[in-house]
Amino acid sequence: MSNNSATTIELPTYKASDFASDQDVRWCPGCGDYAVLTGIRKALSKLQHKKEDYVFVSGIGCAARFPYYMETYGLHSIHGRSLAVATGVKMANPDLQVCIVSGDGDLLSIGGNHTLHALRRNIDLTVVLLNNRIYGLTKGQTSPTSEVGKVTKSTPLGSVDEPVNPLAFALASGATFVARSLDVDLKNFDVIYKRAMEHEGAALIEVYQDCNIFNHKAWFYASQKETRADNTLHLEHGKPMIFGKDKNKGLRLNAGSLEIVELGGAFTEEDLIVHDETNRRMAFLLTHMEHPEFPEPMGVFYVDADKPSHGARIREQMDAELARPDAGDLQSLITGDSTWEVH
Amino acid sequence: MSPKTNGAVAEAPLESVVIRFCGDSGDGMQLAGDQFTNTSALFGNDIATFPDFPAEIRAPRGTTYGVSAFQLQFSSHDIFTPGDTINAMVAMNPAGFKVNIDSVEPGGIVIVNSDEFEKNSLEKCGYEPGYNPLEDEAVTSKYKVFHVPMSRMTRESLADSTMGAKDIDRCRNMFALGVAYWLYERPLDATIEYINSYYGIKKNRPEVAEANVKALKAGYFFGETAELFPSRYTVAPAKLEPGTYRRISGNEATALGLVTAASKAGKQLFYGSYPITPASDILHALARLEHMNALTFQAEDEIAAICAAIGAAFAGDIAVTGTSGPGLALKGEALGLAVIYELPLVVVDVQRAGPSTGMPTKTEQADLLQAMFGRHGECPCIVLAASSPADCFERAIEAVRLAVRQMCPVVLLTDGSVANGAEPWKVPNVEDIPRIKIEHPVHAGLTGEQFEPYLRDSKTLSRPWAIPGTKGLEHRLGGLEKQVRTGAVSYDPDNHDEMVRLRAEKVDRAADVIAPLTVRGPASGDTLVLGWGGTFGTITSTGDKLRAMGRDVSTAHLHHLNPFPSNLGEVLRSFKRVIIPEINSGQLRMLIRAKYLIDAIGFNDVNGRGFFIDDLAERIIAVMDH
Repeated sequence: MSNNSATTIELPTYKASDFASDQDVRWCPGCGDYAVLTGIRKALSKLQHKKEDYVFVSGIGCAARFPYYMETYGLHSIHGRSLAVATGVKMANPDLQVCIVSGDGDLLSIGGNHTLHALRRNIDLTVVLLNNRIYGLTKGQTSPTSEVGKVTKSTPLGSVDEPVNPLAFALASGATFVARSLDVDLKNFDVIYKRAMEHEGAALIEVYQDCNIFNHKAWFYASQKETRADNTLHLEHGKPMIFGKDKNKGLRLNAGSLEIVELGGAFTEEDLIVHDETNRRMAFLLTHMEHPEFPEPMGVFYVDADKPSHGARIREQMDAELARPDAGDLQSLITGDSTWEVH
Repeated sequence: MSPKTNGAVAEAPLESVVIRFCGDSGDGMQLAGDQFTNTSALFGNDIATFPDFPAEIRAPRGTTYGVSAFQLQFSSHDIFTPGDTINAMVAMNPAGFKVNIDSVEPGGIVIVNSDEFEKNSLEKCGYEPGYNPLEDEAVTSKYKVFHVPMSRMTRESLADSTMGAKDIDRCRNMFALGVAYWLYERPLDATIEYINSYYGIKKNRPEVAEANVKALKAGYFFGETAELFPSRYTVAPAKLEPGTYRRISGNEATALGLVTAASKAGKQLFYGSYPITPASDILHALARLEHMNALTFQAEDEIAAICAAIGAAFAGDIAVTGTSGPGLALKGEALGLAVIYELPLVVVDVQRAGPSTGMPTKTEQADLLQAMFGRHGECPCIVLAASSPADCFERAIEAVRLAVRQMCPVVLLTDGSVANGAEPWKVPNVEDIPRIKIEHPVHAGLTGEQFEPYLRDSKTLSRPWAIPGTKGLEHRLGGLEKQVRTGAVSYDPDNHDEMVRLRAEKVDRAADVIAPLTVRGPASGDTLVLGWGGTFGTITSTGDKLRAMGRDVSTAHLHHLNPFPSNLGEVLRSFKRVIIPEINSGQLRMLIRAKYLIDAIGFNDVNGRGFFIDDLAERIIAVMDH
């Protein structure tokens, strides 16, 4: 049972500007977050939900300032805990559309545990992980996605920690929608984000986001026009995996391993892997395609549309329980079944 | 049952009896004690219980650290505690005997399973090789020791059973219970009904049910026919206030109180929790209550539990999280978030002995200062404390009521003794419990009217509880400091100072609706003994005893630690001296001294157990006579 009373039958038409709050956006000029903000405002104006049903939840970090800039209900919570807070919001009112926007530090360092469990439970929410491979708000320390050898204020001799692979982690945790996008590619982000929000279950989108102050160009190999085609691979369900400026390279499976091949010679499109969004094992392989050895996949890696969400399972249990003849009988509950009388 | 007792004299009725069952943690002592309690309650005695479990799940058999005990006092008058000295002990093995014998009163009854007092078991629990306390004159002359071959008798009574030897031995607790029932003239019916319903129906093992009933009856008849006990005893029903009664433990009462509060508020109860001794039973109880619109969430850790509760509060549920001391420590940062969000939240802390892992199954009341101050910054919360098992029901409802009224977190402190202890409870009529009125704002619909999420009610200083899904009231809450009315992020110096004061004053306004402190005994005089939490029974009984001795002693017990009741200062100043017994190093004393400048005297036993009435009385007299 939720406390929300839905009264409107017809949805109003929204503009992207309806989702802009009155707060001045304070990210540094050139920050990749601006694009994502624009993208999300635009996408929400097209989705079929009432504006008052959205709740944005964030933790701490530059990315986590996001809710303040959205004219929706929002919670700027504490470092790492946005997914736990969001779980409570969604459980209390399953009709709300819950979206988390946060960063690599917030979601994978202090928040790693909560990210794991919210995805494992398949809570119906969407996580936008703005990955800039650094701690921006605290001015430039390594994050769990920083590469080995990264020199920062806290690692002047170069980081000795291996980075975590966010999408492999998300898949292993049990996310039922896993995708990747670029902050500069609004067209594909729009498609991905809408699909993630419509997906009933835990969705995680990793966005390669540029922090131009503390980690500029970290993703340039993938984001810049000159190199994007060779260094990324656009995933499309049902289509063979082709990449390259001239679309002449492809991906095939050779004795169980991924292999890059040139098309037009010994290999044709028929030899290539056809992307199957429903194939979880393949999705794991895709998450391990890393630059420079492989082009990095962009798009929707994996979707499980059938696994019941956490809320659906609770709904089923609750409906059965609320149908009991003693449902709501507070007096019987308090009295219990073993009483005696004093006269 | 047959009145013929084979020569045993029916003694004059006793006013009260303190009995303790003890044995190995696999011996079923909790069940035996529980059943004896239930039977006594149904019989009409006032009861108070003290289950004493070891922290380990199953320690090696026969060791002293594996001993599990269950103590109860049953009485024909009003009692408040499970008793200090034991009148009768049932010891299933030497380890139980060794650990508990010193608590038995001289001349007390000691019933042992004599079959287990053999060389190996005696040595295993630490007795010198060759020593058997049952053969020691120092023991046999001090206590009335009764040797009952329970192992052998149980096996004999179940000779025809299809069960294996191990399962048969597990029925020894029922045999022991049967003996105890005979000794105190208790009826067997309730226990037989329980056995048949639990083992026979619920567990679908009728052969186990049959065996347990057989063992129970065998024990009873043993008492009746064996020429072992010279006397039997009765304890008449107590004159409690007329009404319908049930037995309740503190954790059960907490769960029922929370469900009741949410029901009175017309809302779903959200309970986010992580298993932790001794609070887990609240989660277990609430998890069975989805049909009462209670949703439980076993979170991945303590922090997720409170964070989920905060999210649920934002979305409009009655949101609660429950834990013990170590969990409260973990929840500190999130509590601060709830304070600055200004959302209603209840945090139940079932205190246990600390610090750190401490003694998980032993009671203590040393989280008061943590509840008051365990957060960074100026971060006040309302703090309540339950005084007895049944009081947990009232306190839980009050916690929700105050959280919603003051739009802030309320920490409800209970403790292990109250949580696991049980007492009779007059079942309230739910119709008589007042509604908890909640008003979520709706957008008036006027254009240009900006919703101000931090615009305060002039009486309570609370902000409006606007919930997602409400058109036109979209707003953001954050952990950053916020501007006084609008809630926009603000770093302005004067604004921060004002917000700190407002949040503090808002908590203090709860005093407007808190009952004044009542004094038991003269309203003014020589000595006031002030307590809080689970020491209520002991302190109250001690005060009653001292007044019966002609001493000018009053007692008072705080349910509200922050804010204090508005008459507390006046009460304190009405006495020449204030004594504060606490199972901590002086936490309430520190608060009282700081706020009222009263040089209160502290009695501080941090022993995982608490005070004994006679001992406390002696110490109070010593102070008064000094």
